[in-house]
Parts: sequence; structure tokens; C-alpha cells
Amino acid sequence: MTSTYAVLSEGLEKRFGDVHALRGLELAVPEGSVCGLLGPNGAGKTTAVRVLTTLLTPDAGSARVAGHDLVREPHAVRRNIGVAGQYASVDGDLTGAENLRLFAKLLRAPRTRAAELLERFDLVAAADRPAHTYSGGMRRRLDLAASLITRPRVLFLDEPTTGLDPHSRNAIWDSVRELADAGTTVLLTTQYLEEADRLADDIVLIDEGRAAHRGTPAELKATIGSYAQAVVADRADLPAAAVVLDRLTGTEPVLDAERRTAAAITLDATLTLPRLVRELDAAGVPLLDASLRPPTLDEVFLRLTATKEAIAA
Amino acid sequence: MSTLAYDTSAVFGRHLLRLRHAPAIAVMTQTMPIVFLLFFGYVLGPALAMPGADYRAFLVPGLLVATAANGIMTGMFTAAQDSHRGVMDRFRTLPMSRASVPLGQASADLLTTAVGLLPLLLVGLAMGWRIEGSALEAVGAFGLLLLFRFATTWVGILLGLASRSEEAAGQLGGATFMLPLLSNAYIPTDNLPSALRTVAEWNPISAVTTAVRDLFGNAPVPEGASWPVAHPVAGSLAWCAVLIGVCLPLAVRRYGRPG
Repeated sequence: MTSTYAVLSEGLEKRFGDVHALRGLELAVPEGSVCGLLGPNGAGKTTAVRVLTTLLTPDAGSARVAGHDLVREPHAVRRNIGVAGQYASVDGDLTGAENLRLFAKLLRAPRTRAAELLERFDLVAAADRPAHTYSGGMRRRLDLAASLITRPRVLFLDEPTTGLDPHSRNAIWDSVRELADAGTTVLLTTQYLEEADRLADDIVLIDEGRAAHRGTPAELKATIGSYAQAVVADRADLPAAAVVLDRLTGTEPVLDAERRTAAAITLDATLTLPRLVRELDAAGVPLLDASLRPPTLDEVFLRLTATKEAIAA
Repeated sequence: MSTLAYDTSAVFGRHLLRLRHAPAIAVMTQTMPIVFLLFFGYVLGPALAMPGADYRAFLVPGLLVATAANGIMTGMFTAAQDSHRGVMDRFRTLPMSRASVPLGQASADLLTTAVGLLPLLLVGLAMGWRIEGSALEAVGAFGLLLLFRFATTWVGILLGLASRSEEAAGQLGGATFMLPLLSNAYIPTDNLPSALRTVAEWNPISAVTTAVRDLFGNAPVPEGASWPVAHPVAGSLAWCAVLIGVCLPLAVRRYGRPG
């Protein structure tokens, strides 16, 4: 059933001297979906993308990209992918138009394709300026345009919006969404949980070269339950609030004296906000605010990595 | 057109475009030999034992070869820039012929060198240097200069691809300016201490310089020198064959081999 997966990897291993960057990475990205690889710096995200785009040879394991074996048919893989990222870049000395015409020529696409892409990525006004004079956002748009010359089946984006202002980031997000809607499979790495939440159908949390957790954004959030929080009038009331939260959620609350909040994660699906408020009120806690909501991906991420650190410690 | 020829021509075109946008390195490396020619010819030359006019005729072929040898530096800078600024990684993810990227660079360099040698020749002519051999020999001399440039460019491409950073390549590339100093390009090697003389005579630059001087009819082949210098044309062709034969396949493999 490999044909239904645009990216399918088994046991990918990669070492750089003492650094074991990938330790048996397993990925299965269905055709037409957007997969977000999420993880801290050094987790192996970039190595994973470099291996999957034929820039690095895996030490062990295998992978198929767009139906072709990565190691045995790298040329066929290259025919079907587009890559934009921190490293696969454009030529800064050439203008935007020259870059796109060069890549169009190398990919046997008509010259008009360069003009189309300049138009689509709002680069017409800057088309004849050297790319090294572009702003960060323009440069990323040009990178993305250069990776879309032949409408690749699988698009790899390595941290596509790192360091961009919100406006540029939104422009990149819209483009990625459009591509995904048109059926392109997208595999993106990011440190921004909001980015993964907004774009990805599936998220793979990468940690120490392995897929630590995977699922839809909603599933990932569900694995760590809900987030119950109480804001009290005076920090002296925090211990009392903590006792109630501890009893209701079964986990030890985290106290923030500065913000006068007590918060705890719960896997108990029967806990409701009215009950949380009633119990706190009954315990005589002067409550200013209370909430019970799904965690943000940031919270999921911190929680999952914190658990690992706690085990390691 | 084959994939290799087509891709190479695209990369070739890219390097010519880059040259138009950022000509600094090319202008610098073509200007330096002219400065050297004037400095050696009019400042140092009169202090040497050789009479001034003869020395300048002796010097021009040396500087033409030194310029050709700069292929190491230019090849290294360019390859290191490309491999550390990301554009080479994009080429690697494209379904291109693997040899086309270094080959496109080397062939674009050959064209720029052919054009870039002209100002040096004109300054040399103005200083009294003349082509004193036959036209056919002169064509042979130019052919040899370009062949040597092609060979040294491959040495540079290999070193640039293997470099850890642009800075490291810059430092090593800058140091290659010294290679012609350890040859007969600027001075005859007869009076060198024997160890240094051996090094200089086995420097490929010496064989090529001797061949170019001989073909232009500027100076006879010195007697009692090492084999490549005593048989300069055959020696030069052999050096070029060795450099290209070793560095070209290694550079292509280095470019194409994923890490």
C-alpha cells in the first residue's frame, strides 16, 4: 500500500561522528496531506528533511518518497519533490527573475513559468533586483517559488517562516494552504506550534531523532487532557486553590505567584467548568477567573518534553 | 542535446550572469597580474642580473601562467560560496546531471579567463614583449594556457567543495598566490639553493611557463632541468592530464555524493 503514502520511512538512522541525529525515524505521510515535524533545535528535523530530499544518505533504514526508493532511485525522487528551506536556497547574486528562469530551464519548464510564479508570489516589482537585496519575507517567497517550478508531488519546507514578521508569515501560510488544497503533499518542519496547528493535518513530534508522538493536532492535545486554571485575588489564596485542583485533576498543580494562578492538567473528561468553579468557591477561594480548555500545542510540547526530562533525571 | 550538455550550459549561463552582477573577484584576479607585471618589470627587474628589456619579455609568459594558475583560487572561492550559501544544495535536489554543476563552473571560468588574459597581453605588448615564434606555436601557447587554467580550476573546485567554510576557502585560496613564487614564473631558477630549485622545477607552473616562453620564442628551454621543464610541452600536457585526471572525477564525486 506504499502508493497511498507520499513519504514512508522505516528505521531511518543517521550519525555524524558522535552525534546520533536520527535513531530509527518512522514516518508515514498520506498522499495529499500536510505533515508537520515539530521539535526543538537538535531534535533531528533538519536531518530528516535532508535525508528525505536525497541530500544525505541514511546510514540505515529505508524510505520511499513519491513512490520511489530514496537510496536506489534518488533521481526519480528528485523529479517529484520541491525543497525550500534554510539551506536549499537561491543564488543571491542573481535577480529573482534570473533565479526562476534558471531553475525553470534546469527543470525543462517553459520560461513563462518564471513570470507566473513572480506574479503569484508578489515579486514582480522586485523581479530585476539581486536576491541578496530582498527582505526575509521576499527571500522566502522566492525560495518557495523556486521549489514550485514543476508543481512537485511532495513539497519539503524546512522552517519556512522562521524569523519572519507576522505579515510575511501569513503570506507563506496562505500559499502552503493553497498548495495543500490543490493536492500537493507537504512535509514541513517548524518550531512554531501555531504553525503546525494552523497548517498540519498530522503532527509528528520529533525528539532525539525519533517520532516521539504523532497524531492530529486535536489528538495530540487530547493525549494530555485538559488544562484547568484558577486565578485568585490574593497570592495567599494559592495553596487553598492548589488543594482543590489537586483533588479534582489528580495532578499536582503548577503555581505562579506573580500571576496568582494555579494550573493543572487533567485527563478526567467528566470535569466541567461549573464544577471547577463550584468546588473552588465551596473551599472559600476568592476566585477572579477560572478556565478549563484544551491545551495549546505549546503546552503539549512543554509537557511532553518535560516528562522526558523528568524520566531522564 | 544530452542531459549533461544541457544542464552544463544552464549552469554555464548562471556563472556568466553572476559575473555580470558581481564582477569583483574576476576584476581583482585579472588586475593583480598587471600590477605584478609592472612592479616586477620596472621596480624589481632592473635590480636583477638580467637586462631590463629581456627580463620583461621573460616575465610576461610567467605572469600569463601565474594568471592561469589562479584557477585554483577562483575555482575554490566559487565552489565554496556555492556550497555554503545553499544554492548548491538546491541543485542537488533537482533531477540534474551530477557532473553539470562543477563542469558548468569550469567551462564558464575558461571563457572569462580567455577574455581576461587580453588586458595582460596588451600591457605586455606595450612593455616590449613580442610573440617571436610562429603563429602556430603562439596558438599552441594560448591553448596550453587555457588547458592549464582548466586543470587548476578543477583543483580549486575540489578544494572548495571540501572546504569547511567560505572563510577557510578564502584563506587557503589567498595563499595560492604564493605558488608562482616557487617556480620560474618571475625569476630563473638557476641560482636558487638546490632544495628550492628542485621544488621550483617540479612545480607544474614552471613546466607550463617554460613551454609558453618556448612557444612564444621568448626564452630557450634551460638545460639540465627536471624532466617536465626540460621537455616543457610534453611536461605541461602531462601535468594537466594528471591534475584533471585526479581532480575532475574527485570533484564530481564530491559534489554528487550526499553526506
